[in-house]
Amino acid sequence: MIREDFREILRLVRPGSRVLDVGCGEGALLELLTREKGVDGRGLEIGAAGVAACMARGLSVVQGDADQDLDHFPDRSFDYAILSQTLQATRNPRHVLDELLRIADHAVVSFPNFGHWRVRWSLLSRGRMPETKALPLPWWSTPNIHLCTLADFLALTEDLDVRVDACCAFAGDGPARPIDPTKAFENWRSETCLFMLSRNPPAAGLEPPPASGDLFDG
Amino acid sequence: MANLDFAGAVMSEGGTWRFPPDQPLRLDSGARLDNLEIAYRTWGQLNADGTNAVLICHALTGDQHVSGTHPVSGKPGWWSRLVGPGKPLDPAKHFIICSNVVGGCMGSTGPASIDPATGKPYGLTFPVITIADMVRAQAMLVEALGVETLLAVVGGSMGGMQAQQWAVSYPEKLFSAVILASASRHSAQNIAFHEVGRQAIMADPDWRGGAYASQGVRPEKGLAVARMAAHITYLSEPALQRKFGRELQRDGLSWGFDADFQVESYLRHQGASFVDRFDANSYLYITRAMDYFDLAAGHGGVLASAFAGARDVRFCVLSFTSDWLYPTSENRHIVRALTAAGARAAFVEIESDKGHDAFLLDEPVMDAALQGFLSSVERERGI
Repeated sequence: MIREDFREILRLVRPGSRVLDVGCGEGALLELLTREKGVDGRGLEIGAAGVAACMARGLSVVQGDADQDLDHFPDRSFDYAILSQTLQATRNPRHVLDELLRIADHAVVSFPNFGHWRVRWSLLSRGRMPETKALPLPWWSTPNIHLCTLADFLALTEDLDVRVDACCAFAGDGPARPIDPTKAFENWRSETCLFMLSRNPPAAGLEPPPASGDLFDG
Repeated sequence: MANLDFAGAVMSEGGTWRFPPDQPLRLDSGARLDNLEIAYRTWGQLNADGTNAVLICHALTGDQHVSGTHPVSGKPGWWSRLVGPGKPLDPAKHFIICSNVVGGCMGSTGPASIDPATGKPYGLTFPVITIADMVRAQAMLVEALGVETLLAVVGGSMGGMQAQQWAVSYPEKLFSAVILASASRHSAQNIAFHEVGRQAIMADPDWRGGAYASQGVRPEKGLAVARMAAHITYLSEPALQRKFGRELQRDGLSWGFDADFQVESYLRHQGASFVDRFDANSYLYITRAMDYFDLAAGHGGVLASAFAGARDVRFCVLSFTSDWLYPTSENRHIVRALTAAGARAAFVEIESDKGHDAFLLDEPVMDAALQGFLSSVERERGI
């Protein structure tokens, strides 16, 4: 049984590409991508148990966190940088997103949408911080310190001059549903959002030069 | 020399490799060692593809007797936990090599060896050696043993320095490197502790300017003090507290300077037993080699540049939370440089209160990580 967001990422990632999974946990997605898409995968994971599990799976995973360790990766050393359900737990999400698109051509980012109607209803009706399927923990124990809505995230991508290549939404365990993130009702409907982003091409519409390719060749 | 280990199950071979006069060891200092001898042991057999050789690099006071019974102390080899049948390094699967470093005192050419030019022990006329010199000698031995590429170079502490040096000096001969509780350079604190040890040795009247061997004495007191000071740096405060606390040797205080506290007695024992198996001049030379180690120095101070040639080598770096000698920050520094160089690196900091020596001790998480890493490397190499 493959998680629906994994299934979607699997669909988005080009075979044989170079992938960095930030917050890769025990390496389930990396292993899936390696097996199904033949990617050259690396991971970053904050928990020692997760890293040890990744090592046992033969994955090249470094213990570290998105806030501090992305800075050490060279420019454009990956085709994809994946940040699954982690952006809202970073100290500086704007910097992290910027870094993802420095080290990779594409960023695949998913996060719980704080604009989902259940969240809004919880605040409106009970005046309490929401506890939903996508946000299961009470406010005093959640690692999420920078929650945002779909509209907030979209505004950040515009601010960073980042292009949205693809966007889809998940609800519960259901399959991915492609959405137009600029539509206001999607901000009500989408429980979890997944974006594929890339840098807008430089001025004059020039394509960026092909990846140097010297980092992981051979 | 050949003897049976592991209850006779696996043959261990070894001895001393004597390099012919036309194969001197050229040293970083510019000096040259003629008639180089390297003492080593091996376990297992090189497979037909030549893909299963693993080199283990020992730490400051270690030696080639990784597994089996140590010929001097009679105790199990220093890494018997990890090397043996069914263990992460398995003679049934790997061709395991470990040699005594040049400058050492367990059979390889060192300051206690006879200088062919004078017929007397080198003493302080022995040239200063470096980690890169040790690795150069290992590369000569590995080649002499008919091994072209190494599946892995594995080492902790100073052994980890050698593993890094291998990746920098001979990346094409290396498939993977395992670096445990190590550093890419010695910090001021590391150098400071070593200087205390060296001063203790040189302050011993029996050191005789390093010429003690020809005068029939040994600077045992100085070497023991050096070991006592160093041993504290291998442990951690919580581990010492847990093991000894303020427990006394006998009922009541002696109101003098006997070993009242158990920790004193323990340290004295560590010092006294060390001098039975180690040479004081070797201690000076090897600590110096570690102090001189600075992998980035030859690459404009940028460690990532040092590793630029090692992009195809797979790395596993492990550190321990309570290691204050080569702390996680130093190991992370290595990992960040490897990342910046585009190398494949795996890194984890292991929770332990056993200090620097944790890499030698029972740490199941380390074993699992190491086993996992080696298994994946073996899969990639088709073993």
